[in-house]
Amino acid sequence: MQFVKDRFSYLFGSTKGLILVAIAMVAVVTAIWGMLSGPMAEMGVREVVIKALGMKIVQSEREGRIIILYHSIAMAIIAIETYMITGLLKMKPFFKTAINGVITIGYLTTMVFGMGFAYFGPNWAFHGLFITGLALIFFAGVMLCVALYPWNPEYYITDKEYAHTKKGLDMERVAFFAAAVTTVVSSLFGAVPGSYYGHGFETFLAENIIRYPEKTAMEYSVIGHLHIMLALIAIMITLIIGRWLNFKGLLHKIAMPLMILGTIVLNLGVWGVVTPLEPIAHMIIYVGATPSMFAALLLLIWNWSKLIRDNTAHIQKPNFIQKLSGLVRDPLKFGPAWQMLFMNFTTSGIGIFMAIKLDEIFRVWPAREERIELTGHWHALSAIIATIILLYYGDMLGLKGKVRQLYGWSIIFLSDLALSAVTIFEMKRLFISEAEQQPLVNGLMYAIDFGLGMLLVLLAVVMVWRLIDLFKPKGRWTEEQTQELAQEVIE
Amino acid sequence: MKRLIAFMSLRGADVLSRAQRSRSVRSNISFNKRLLRAVALATTFVLIASCAPVDLNAPMPDFETGIDPDTWAQVPAGEFYFGQHNHIETTDAYEIMVTDVTVSQYADFLTTARSDGFIKIVNEEVIGFYPGDEFHGVKHEERIAAGDWLFMPFNDPSIRIVATSKISWGAQEGYENHPMTTITWFGAWGYCEYYGWRLPTEMEWEKAGRGTDDRPFPWGDEILRENANFYSSRDPFEDMSSFGSRTSPVGFYNGRTYGDYQTLDSASPYGLYDMAGNVWQWTGDVYEGMHYRFLRGGSKDTYDMDLRLWVRNNATPAYFSPGVGFRCAR
Repeated sequence: MQFVKDRFSYLFGSTKGLILVAIAMVAVVTAIWGMLSGPMAEMGVREVVIKALGMKIVQSEREGRIIILYHSIAMAIIAIETYMITGLLKMKPFFKTAINGVITIGYLTTMVFGMGFAYFGPNWAFHGLFITGLALIFFAGVMLCVALYPWNPEYYITDKEYAHTKKGLDMERVAFFAAAVTTVVSSLFGAVPGSYYGHGFETFLAENIIRYPEKTAMEYSVIGHLHIMLALIAIMITLIIGRWLNFKGLLHKIAMPLMILGTIVLNLGVWGVVTPLEPIAHMIIYVGATPSMFAALLLLIWNWSKLIRDNTAHIQKPNFIQKLSGLVRDPLKFGPAWQMLFMNFTTSGIGIFMAIKLDEIFRVWPAREERIELTGHWHALSAIIATIILLYYGDMLGLKGKVRQLYGWSIIFLSDLALSAVTIFEMKRLFISEAEQQPLVNGLMYAIDFGLGMLLVLLAVVMVWRLIDLFKPKGRWTEEQTQELAQEVIE
Repeated sequence: MKRLIAFMSLRGADVLSRAQRSRSVRSNISFNKRLLRAVALATTFVLIASCAPVDLNAPMPDFETGIDPDTWAQVPAGEFYFGQHNHIETTDAYEIMVTDVTVSQYADFLTTARSDGFIKIVNEEVIGFYPGDEFHGVKHEERIAAGDWLFMPFNDPSIRIVATSKISWGAQEGYENHPMTTITWFGAWGYCEYYGWRLPTEMEWEKAGRGTDDRPFPWGDEILRENANFYSSRDPFEDMSSFGSRTSPVGFYNGRTYGDYQTLDSASPYGLYDMAGNVWQWTGDVYEGMHYRFLRGGSKDTYDMDLRLWVRNNATPAYFSPGVGFRCAR
């Protein structure tokens, strides 16, 4: 009994344990449900999985199933980010315990009963519990906002290295607070249409209605919700990485106000989609996205400059190659910012290009082609956020030497290989005709499947290793039980 | 396993000596080089595989399906379930083609319509008059003015129509009973218009495929590979290692056995074939505030989810593709 109690205490009572559980849950869902589509479906694996697990797949419920799947994974990711925030930032112990406890029950309830409802026969009690889980996560979000409240003098800072006001208001904390508050508010843009489900509101996937000139307020609300939630998850992970790496100095002082401004304006633009401001909402969104992305760029510049400086400190006048070598020496510290930069190729770049050439190129193609670009580029963004979390997690694990190199570079290379191929796949119609595309599609699919497949294998190895570790009386988990992320912020 | 665990559990000393650090750096650089080489090799392999040329005229299996493309199905007036959420809608009675318009049928149309002056051949393109749509100036809406519009190109490598003389056309050998593709909405509209018919509305199209129950596919609730021609459905016409998926003869999935390939009878409740897969089908609705025309049925190039009867696709009316065809209603 003590054996179970100790492990339970680690898994659900420590930050690193909670993060491990959430990553494991996402890994399990990804591994199983990844077999229901794409090449796995082509190979017939889908049918085997459906039969083996007793899933009940109704054709007309596909869109609803996918929405619940996305929510299940997203809630676990939000939980991971929340654990990181409560582990990195100062807050009252009560709040930390309460937030972590409520969000854990919330995302597990959402995931287990949501997926049960969606894939194993529509049991409405399960649907109710799915909604209960989401409500708990919302409540945890509200508590996080209270815990992060930056105008509490207790959290004022005086260190000149970090952005703060004359009074001592911690601008980084304000940025976290702004992201948390807007996340809670933005969740309502999904919750309200959801509450009308069965009363006139019908399930739809945003990518299927993009070209319709008339959309209802509920539809706009859902479209806004899904965009802003992903953007906020990205903003939050940027802030988390900044805190982990101990972002400071002049660039920090410039970046934090920009991040706050960007977060607020971006949200106002997205919320404006359901108001009479809709015609100019996109313009407001662009205005908001620019300072946020610029702030992320400043983090990258600071991070990479520091890596070069630190890793070439023993060389009097390092040349370019030595600097480059210094930059890439530690993939776990180089990787997060690199992935943010790479995101501009897979997501922002594509998005901007599409916006500029929409009517000229993309709307000449069939809607199904445009759907590939839309779904492709935000799947890529989601995957990049996941890799950044995994890179940080690698550091949390204390990986060293070759294992650290292998783990870090594998994540970077494999994900970038797959996501580059995804991006080329999205844009293939620019340079190849439908009739002649198959060899290219095959090549890209090899790259995507290899990249994502091996990434999942790597994740599986880590999870198996952690599982084995849990059976050891003096395993790594015993050390992690008392470790806190704030103590591991890089000096 | 123990060694693996021990290896993975390594936690190097926090402070390394300069010599140790130097060795570690060299080792890491060497490791990174090996990793880079492996990635470069894999990338080269993928690039080579991706650049292989495609033989668009690879031999096509020749099967007679026994389904006459000149037949029409009767659809009675009445209510039916429309769309994914089963809204109850009503149509008048109408007739709709049992199959997609074939390459042979369209070639005959080109021959007669040209001699009648209904279409013109200009710069290797078939063009014809379309009376235009009302323009509302909605965002992204493009004006479709009255005038000559592209029906189909002759210079596209996917075209299956060949000239048999200076004034007549026929189907490429092996494609006679395949659906006519690489045709714009104007070209589909023109064909139906020429014979005094019309393109089916979306509602008519869906009712013809679905009947009066809420089935997702013309034949029922589930889809198997032997039901329809879709992406990677392993039919006798596809080769996913080279040219990919190709069209199948109209009415192919009728329960017959072709060589060693057994199909399932996949007709709709009103006896229509290919209402799921093979080629997307243009429908006739022109909606206010948008110039896009809607396509139904999924195709040889889409996954089975797009073969569900309520799934909508759309494109500009001048769009053409080897995966798009049509049928008429009257």
